Formats: sequence, structure tokens, C-alpha cells
Amino acid sequence: MREIFVIIEDFGDGAWELAAAARSLGEARTTALVCGAAEENQQALAKLFDRVVVFPASADGNWDAEYIAACVLPRLLSEQPYLVLLLHSNNGLDLAPLLAAKSNRPMLADCLSLEVREPGLAAVRTTFGGKVRARIFAKESSAGYLATLRPGAFTTSAPVEGAGILEGATAPADYQPRRRCLQTLTPDAGAVDITQAAILVAVGRGIEEQENLEIVQSLAEALGGELACTRPVVDKKWLEKSRQVGTSGLTVKPKIYLAVGVSGSFQHLGGVKGKPYMIAINQDPAAPIFATADVGIIGDLFELVPLLEEKIRAHKS
Amino acid sequence: MEIYVCIKRVADTSEVEIEVDRSGLALEEADFSWDINEWDNFAVEAAVQLKEQHGGTVTAITVGGEDDEEVLRRALAMGCDQALHCYDPAFEKADAWAIATILAAALKGRAIDLLLFGAVSADEGRGQVGGLVAGLLDLPLVSLATALTVDGAKAIVQHEVENGLERVREVDLPAVITVQTGINEPRYVSVRGIRKVAAMDIPVHGVAELGLAAENYASQTNRITLEELFLPPQGVGAQILEGSNEEMMNQLIQLLQENGGL
Amino acid sequence: MYDILGVSGAAVQTLLLLLAASALTYILRRRFGLLRLAAAEPRGGHWGERLRRLLVIGFGQARQPRYLVAGVLHIILFAGFLVLSLRSLSLMVEPYAPGFLSLGEPYATLKDWTGLLVLLSCVVAAWRRVVVKPARYHDRHASQSHTAEALLILGLIAVLMIADALIDGSFWLTGLSPNPPGEINLPAFWIHNTTILIFLCLLPLGKHFHVITALPNVFLSNLNPSGKIKPPSYSESNFDALESVGVSKLEDFTWKQTLDAYSCVDCGRCSDHCPAYATGTPLSPRMLSIKTRDAAYAAYPILGNIVPPQERPALVGETITDAELWSCTTCGACEEACPVMIEYIDRIVDMRRFLVDDGRLPAALQKPLAALEKRGNPYGKMARKRGEWVAEVAPGEVRILAPGESCEALYFTDSCAAFDPRVQQTAVAFANILTQAGVNTATLGAEEVDSGHEARRFGEEGLFMALREKNMEALESRSFQRIVTSDPHALNSLRNDYTIQQPVVHHSQVLAELLQAGKLPLQALADHRRYTFHDPCYLGRHNGEYQNPRSVLEAIPGIQTVEMERSRKRSFCCGGGSLNLFQETECDRRMGEMRVDMAADVGAEVVVTACPFCLVNLEDAVKTTGREGAMEIIDLAELVQRSINGAEQQPLEV
Repeated sequence: MREIFVIIEDFGDGAWELAAAARSLGEARTTALVCGAAEENQQALAKLFDRVVVFPASADGNWDAEYIAACVLPRLLSEQPYLVLLLHSNNGLDLAPLLAAKSNRPMLADCLSLEVREPGLAAVRTTFGGKVRARIFAKESSAGYLATLRPGAFTTSAPVEGAGILEGATAPADYQPRRRCLQTLTPDAGAVDITQAAILVAVGRGIEEQENLEIVQSLAEALGGELACTRPVVDKKWLEKSRQVGTSGLTVKPKIYLAVGVSGSFQHLGGVKGKPYMIAINQDPAAPIFATADVGIIGDLFELVPLLEEKIRAHKS
Repeated sequence: MEIYVCIKRVADTSEVEIEVDRSGLALEEADFSWDINEWDNFAVEAAVQLKEQHGGTVTAITVGGEDDEEVLRRALAMGCDQALHCYDPAFEKADAWAIATILAAALKGRAIDLLLFGAVSADEGRGQVGGLVAGLLDLPLVSLATALTVDGAKAIVQHEVENGLERVREVDLPAVITVQTGINEPRYVSVRGIRKVAAMDIPVHGVAELGLAAENYASQTNRITLEELFLPPQGVGAQILEGSNEEMMNQLIQLLQENGGL
Repeated sequence: MYDILGVSGAAVQTLLLLLAASALTYILRRRFGLLRLAAAEPRGGHWGERLRRLLVIGFGQARQPRYLVAGVLHIILFAGFLVLSLRSLSLMVEPYAPGFLSLGEPYATLKDWTGLLVLLSCVVAAWRRVVVKPARYHDRHASQSHTAEALLILGLIAVLMIADALIDGSFWLTGLSPNPPGEINLPAFWIHNTTILIFLCLLPLGKHFHVITALPNVFLSNLNPSGKIKPPSYSESNFDALESVGVSKLEDFTWKQTLDAYSCVDCGRCSDHCPAYATGTPLSPRMLSIKTRDAAYAAYPILGNIVPPQERPALVGETITDAELWSCTTCGACEEACPVMIEYIDRIVDMRRFLVDDGRLPAALQKPLAALEKRGNPYGKMARKRGEWVAEVAPGEVRILAPGESCEALYFTDSCAAFDPRVQQTAVAFANILTQAGVNTATLGAEEVDSGHEARRFGEEGLFMALREKNMEALESRSFQRIVTSDPHALNSLRNDYTIQQPVVHHSQVLAELLQAGKLPLQALADHRRYTFHDPCYLGRHNGEYQNPRSVLEAIPGIQTVEMERSRKRSFCCGGGSLNLFQETECDRRMGEMRVDMAADVGAEVVVTACPFCLVNLEDAVKTTGREGAMEIIDLAELVQRSINGAEQQPLEV
């Protein structure tokens, strides 16, 4: 039976996604490797994996790629699992290539799907910022493989009511850190970063008055997205510059872009990259936004926006 | 301080209608323009700023074809002192592993204080070459740096971690740092600036110079092959919803759900 | 009779003259030390035109009355200076040749009246400085006031006038003059002769240096079209061979640029006309001159050693900030307003050239410049789509001209009309009018690249040269009778930055010609709105075309027109073209918004313009000022097309 190791970054969606990915590859014995886990988290992992190897937490209690590598590498080298899985997250990126190099495994990065195809491992991933997809194939490798998974790409499946074995492990005695954590910084609570948002609700001149922004703001909240805007809205100082999308504002690359009262000027759309799924609500059927959007709704935003919010909230509950 | 910065020339696909060519393994490149990878541009700026503060030299390295020399010239114009072009027909279609081993071969035996990479490339987007080189050279790695200073034999690096947090770390030098965009404000490179460095000598190292001794290097070293490129499914023009407000919003909820918005 | 304290008058006068002459020579040598180190700039030739400018703008004070009170005061002071200099000269000679004083009765009367008027002007000027304080006098960015210096100089002039009047008793001071007729007031005589020499020596120490430099500055002013940018260097024509580019320190300025700074009167007319100043950006053109002059005085002091460049605050970056330099739209309003013909655009461009060479270009501009280099347009659009707009014109009417082919009118669209969907409508309208009038029209399509007009003005000379080379190659391999363009920036560039044999004309000029030839079948617009014409900077101020667009506009039956207060030469910039649209200048308001306010002030409901960027900026401003539906912005070609189509009043653009 194939051995699949996963390296646990968090005990929420991430762990579930890793489990789902491991299961998507057919019959396998799965081992979760984790540095520092509370009792209940260990139990939760035991329901997802056949074995849970728990190393002591790092010195500062946070994810520390160098320390984790020192812990798990001997296991990878001694047990030679077929595949090692990590999330393609910021933390995963800090660790995965190091492990790949040191365990001599080909690394399939940022995979949307995985498929065992003997004698090798195939995957689909995106290139060119999501504009293109690539089907790649890792050749036969006696050292096994390593893959990082696009967060959110593997649907979280219901936990198997399994009873994995819990195994305590120790950190290597000769571990000599070459990097030390000095401080963890919490981002300024007030600052928004629309460039990283997956869902953006953009508002344009069609909003007419500053007071009307509220309905769009609460639609964005309902959708779990950020509020963005066009230049005129910033010019009127209704919203801060950090929310402006366009050639003179920020370049964004969301997955969903809901444009409300946005005419779709050349300058504005110049800031929307990565071909998001674009929905436009506008009163003017001739608004250029409809040429670019995937879905268009012609109508009065003051009626449509609250209605949509209501339906989203209903849907989510 | 001896700083090395590894950079890549990538296609700018903005405003271009992307098409896969007949082989299914490459894109139609006629409309592409080419430039330094955005992340690498920040890495070069970081390297040059550190040199300006602490002295030393900055060497820019790329692995790529003949035309890729362009980004080395650009790096020289930004203030790098020298450049190294790892180019050999045998490197064509090198995968990340092969690129990392070429770079490791090029760097081996050099006195390195700091080795900088862009965190990710705009084309392949694998984000792994820097980390692979760190692993191959057994150097400490910090990924996605948003701030970087050097203090004696240590670097102080702020980098992006989980949940929008950033962590500040102290790293022993030599180290590999991969650089996130926004770490600095890269200087502009004027057309004249490029022309001024046109005559600078850029050594070209191939299989032999790098001691890699394999004529079909990439095909032997590559661990991952490309099987197919394809475009993700996408719509054309706006589908205009019809019906009452109520009906339109119901359809929209449906569409949002299908497209990952809910 | 001029002996004083037992010393002979001639001896005292000689001593005074020697002292003053040596002091003034020394001071001027120090002041002009910087000019000797300055970069070359040819300002010879065309002596007739130079003389004309000297007489009209210098001696004639032609630009003064634009500000009536200040202007008239200055004219009086200046005229007084001229009239009384003869008198002053005679007073200098008097101790050596008594009787020389008498210049005849008519002159005596003239100088008496002049003295009185000058004295009154001093009083009014001082009152304005102290009490009225016109807003223009104090610059928002100024760190020090020149009021004290102004009052000192006014005081000295007043002392001179009173002393002069006391010497032999002017009619308005006869009562006060204690000396019997035929004798002179000795203290007043010596006060006068001493004061005037002190006055002369004080001039080069402050803003009143202009008394000495202004007339030469006017005489040596730039005779090139104002839209022409000076080359990076006059002494080295090979751009790549230059050691450094642009101006980063005082010594990099040309001698004329330094003379400009010395000649600034600090009157504030430039900044009063500057749209960047009006909208609250960091730029005030006046401060560019004042700060440069102060830096020059500090680095080349009258007493003490010259301060080497590395020990001074950086001229570009500290004394003059990057943000100031990037705020300029090169509209030219400042140069048009300056009474002593100070040039600003070249200086700003020279300093920008340094910033670009030093890599200090705002991040927002780096992408459009890279796109210009790689794709020939600042938007990063695919080069091959440049000619796609022609598909909107009546089929087959406008050709994409292949190498070796010929046409009558070659339409150079430049990037905005080629790629911005809103402005494409203008290109289509103009092309339709041309083809309907039977003009054989073609365009370069994908072989055209951006004119590079703004790239050059933003200081990226190398990029401009590369773009020009590509365009010249495309132009030289095709034959055409003339180039037409709807973009005044392209017009200016092709006329002033390129060397093209054929004429280059603007679409407003072509429309006026067609009108004259009876080829524009204009029909009445059933329109009760008021129209106004907004002069694009690069059409009007920089290329002198004010009348043709107005002739076309007024020829459209059924519309009424009105002029904005700031029109023609004094037109107010919309915010600037091309790269300016990518800028993120800090400002209180946008220029376009102020401009549509100005249009609204005269009751205009339709603003007609003839520039793609004016169209874009003003349309934006209509939206941001909440005037949608109440004000329309339209290009002249679109309006003509509408009139030809005989449309009823069309719905406003939304």
C-alpha cells in the first residue's frame, strides 16, 4: 500500500484538504506529521489520518519551516513514503522546496488536482497567474514525490470516523537553528488589501451619494469580499485610495468581481487582472462594462443590491 | 558583502488574448512582450540597496536562452556589478529542479553572503526554485520577504506567514531570501540606462563551464514534464440576465455558487 | 559748490563712485560666477526679433497690464527709472562740472512730474504690500516673505525721489526746500548720490536683481516655439555619449536657465496661472525660480567660499522635490504669464531627465513607460490592434497604408485615439468627415507607435528617441501630402520634436479648411444650449491655433457660443495628456474639475474641445462634479459630424 505523508499546517480546512487530496489518490496509508498539537487537535487529526506523528512544538510555538524540516526529514528519509503533501500556502512555500531538495523528490507545486499514473504522478496546475492550466507529469522517482496543493482546490470531505494511531516523536537532538523568530506582526486592523481579496465588490459613480455606499458595503460583507471602487469615488474622498482599482489605482486579481454602478472605463478595467468571474450591475445597457463582464444585470442598483444581499444571507444560513 | 540575485525573463501576457499553440505545449507568443519577472525586479532592487548601504558586489544570474540576456542587462543598469548567463542549448525546457541544480552549480564554491530570488515567477508560478537552491546548497531559507536588512553576519527579514500575519526573523548569513513584491520601490531603468551597459561583458556558462557534463542536461535532470497546456473554461461577453429583479437575483445566486462566489 | 565738510565735491563723488564701482563689480562677478560654469545654450541670431521683444515686452512692458493695478504701478516705476536715470547721471557728473545739472526746462518739468508719480506709486505699492496683501504675493509654498526686501527697495526709491526733489526744489516741494532759487540743497544732493549707488549695489542681492537682468533676459529669451523641448545638451549631440543627463545641481543648468532664476521678480503671475498650483499640488513655478536663485546665492555667496555641490542640499530632491517636478503638465501657462519671459518647461524637463536617469520615476509611471517601450502605447495594448478602429469608419474608406503606398492625408492618431474606446469615436467621426469630403485618407495602423510626446516631456529622452525612430521609419517608407492628427500632443510632437518634410495639421484646421471650401454640409442643431470652446494647451498656447476651431464652431447653425474667462492664451489645463493620466499627484482638486466649473461659471452647457485628453479629463470631471446630464463634453469633430447628420439635440453622453 502507498504511504502518503502530509505535513499539517493548521487544524481547520487545511488539514481536511490535505486528507481529501491524500484520499483522492486511492488506497493509501496516510500519516500526518505535525509539530505541536493540543490534545483535541491530535484527536481530530486521528480521525482524518491513519497515523499522526506529533513532534514537540517549535521554540516560539509558531510554524517554523526550518525546525519542521529538521523534525520530519529523518522520517522521510527512513520511511520513504510515496508522496509528501503540503499546502501551497505562505508557510508551505517556506518548507516544501527545502524538503524536496533534501529528500531528492520531484516537487509538483500548487496543484489543483493529482492523479497517480504509474510509473509517475500527474497533476493539473495553473500558470500565467491563472490564465493557463498545465497538465504535468512527474517521472518515476525512487525517492518518491512531493506536492503542494492550491489551498481550497481539494474539497473538504466529511471526516472518516477512523481511529488513527497517535505517535509521539522527539525533535532531533542536534538541531541547530540558523534562523530565529523575533516577532510576529499583526496587520493594521484598519488597512484593507484589495489586491489579495478573492471576492471584490466594486462600486462606481452609479452610487451617486456617499451615504449609498452602505448598501454596497454590506453586500460585500455578505459575500465575504472586500469593497473596491473606481477613481471618481476616491476623488470624491468617499473611499480611501487603498480601495481604488485601475491604472492609477491598484491592480487586483480576484476570482469574483462584482461591479456595481461601474461604467467600465478603460482606466478602471486596466486594474482588473486574472480574468475574474465578473458580474456587472448597471442601469445603462450600453455601459462598456457589459462587454467585459461574464454576467450583466441591467437595472436599478438601489433595488438590486439590497435584494441580492438578502438572498446571499438567506443562502448562507 | 557578496550578494547574488537570481532572475528570470518572463512573458507579459496582460492585454493579450492567450492561445495555446498547435503542439499543445506552448503558448502563441507573437503578441507577448518580455521583461524581468516582477518579483525578481524587487529582488534586484533589494540587492542593489543592500550593496549601496554595506558595500560589496551584486551579481545577477539567469538561466535561459539567448534573449534572456536582456534581463541581465537590465539588472546591470539597475546597479548590479556583474552578471552571469547560464545558457546552453542543453538547458532548454529545464524544469524547476534542473534550473535549481544549474544555479547551485553556478554558485557552488563562491563566497556568498546573501542569495536573493523573486518569491515566484509570473509565468510558471511554482515558487520553488529559491527554496530548492537553498536545499541543494544547504543554506537557511526565508520565503516571501517584505522587509530585509543586514546587520553584520545576520539578516533581519520580515516575511509573510499564515492568516495575513508577518513574522520577523533573524537569519544567519549566508542565507537564501525570496522576495515578495512591495518590499521596496524598484528604480526605473531608462532606455539610456540599458544602452550604457550594452558593452559590459556578461560571461556565458554552459554545461561544461558549470561542470555539469551532460549534453542532454535538461532531459536527464528534469523530473517533471509538461504534458499539455489548456485554457480554463471561460465565457464570452456578458450574459444578460432577464426577468424580474427577483428572478434575476435568483439566477445570480445560482451563478455565484457555480463560480465559487458563495 | 558741492564741497562738504571741507572736502571737494569732486573728490567725494570720485570716492563714492570708486567704492560703488568696485563693490558692484565684485558682487556681479560673484553672481555671474555660476553662469560661467553653466552649460551652453545658443541664444544668438534673429536679432530683429530679439530687438522687437526687447522693445515690446521689455521696454514696452507689454505683459504688465494683465494685472491692472500692479501692472500700471510697475509701468510708472519702470518709466520713472528710465526718465530719471538721465537726471541721476547728470547729478553724478555735477560735482565735476557744475551746471551740468540743467537739462533744460521741459525735462525739468518732466522729471518733477515723474518723481512725484514714482513717489506716489511707491506709497501705493507699499500700501498693497502691507495692507491689501493680494493673495498672489504670498506663495503657499514659500518659506520666507519678500515683503521686507520690497519695502526696503520702495523706501530707497522714495528717499531718492524726495532727495531729488529737494536738491533744487521740485514744484511739489518748493515750500519745503529751504534753499534760495539757483542754489541747491547740499545734504539732499549727497543723500541722493549716495543712496543711488547703495541702491545699485543692493540690487543683485535679492529679487531686485531683475532691475539689472530682466531686459537682457527678455532680449535673450527663447525664440523657438514654446512646444519645442531643448535637447539634453547643446554641446554634445550624441545622447548616449553624455556623461550625465539632465540637471541635478546648479552647475548643470544652462546659463540662460540660471539667468531666468536671477531675473525672477517673485511677482507670482506664473503660479497664479498655473493649474498645478491652483489645484493644490506641490508645484508652484515661481518657487522653482526663487528656490533655485536662493540656492545659487547660498552656494555662490557674495562673501566667503563657494560651497561645493556635495556640501549643499540636493538641488533636485531637497531644494526642489521630485513631487513638484512631476506635478507639471507642461501646459505653458506660466511662461505665457511671465512678464520677463522666464522659461519653465525646459528647466522642469531637464530636472526630470535627471530623475529618470537616476531611476527616480514614480511607480505609477513605470508601467506605462515600459508599455511604451515594449508595445508602443502606454496602455500596454497589443500593438497589432492599433489600427482596429478603422473598421468603424464606412467600410474601406480609411486604409491602413502599406509601405510604398501613398495617400493625401495621413491620419496620425497617436495612442489615445487608437486605443481608448471613447476617443476612438472621435477618430471615427473625423475620418468619416474626411472621407465624406472626398479626402484620400489613410493611417499607419500597427506601424504607428506613440509619438513619445509625453515620454520626452517626462524626461525619458531615450525612450522618446526610440519611438521617434520607429515612427520616422514608418513615415519615410510611405508617401503622403500631409499629416493630419486629432491629438494636439501629436501635432506638437510631429511639428517640433520630429523633422518631417510634409506639413502637419490639426483636425480643427482641416475642418476649417473643409468649411471654407464648402465641403462641410453643416445643418442646424436644434439646440438651445450654450457652447464654449476649451483651448487645448498644445493646440493653443504651444501652437498658436485659437481661431480655426472657433470658426468651425461658430459656423454650425443654431448654436450660441460663449467664451470662458480663461480662454485662448490663458486657457486652463484639463489635467494633461497621456502619461499624466497615470499620475497620482497629490492635489486638493483635479484640474478638469476646476475647468468645468469655469465653463459652468459662464453658463456653458457644452464644452467643445479638440484634444483626446481634454475630452477624457473633462468628461471625468463632469461626472465627479455631479454635472452629468447638465454638461456635455464633445470633440469638435464629433460635433461637426453631429451637425452634418443634422441630428436633433442628442441625448447626453452617459
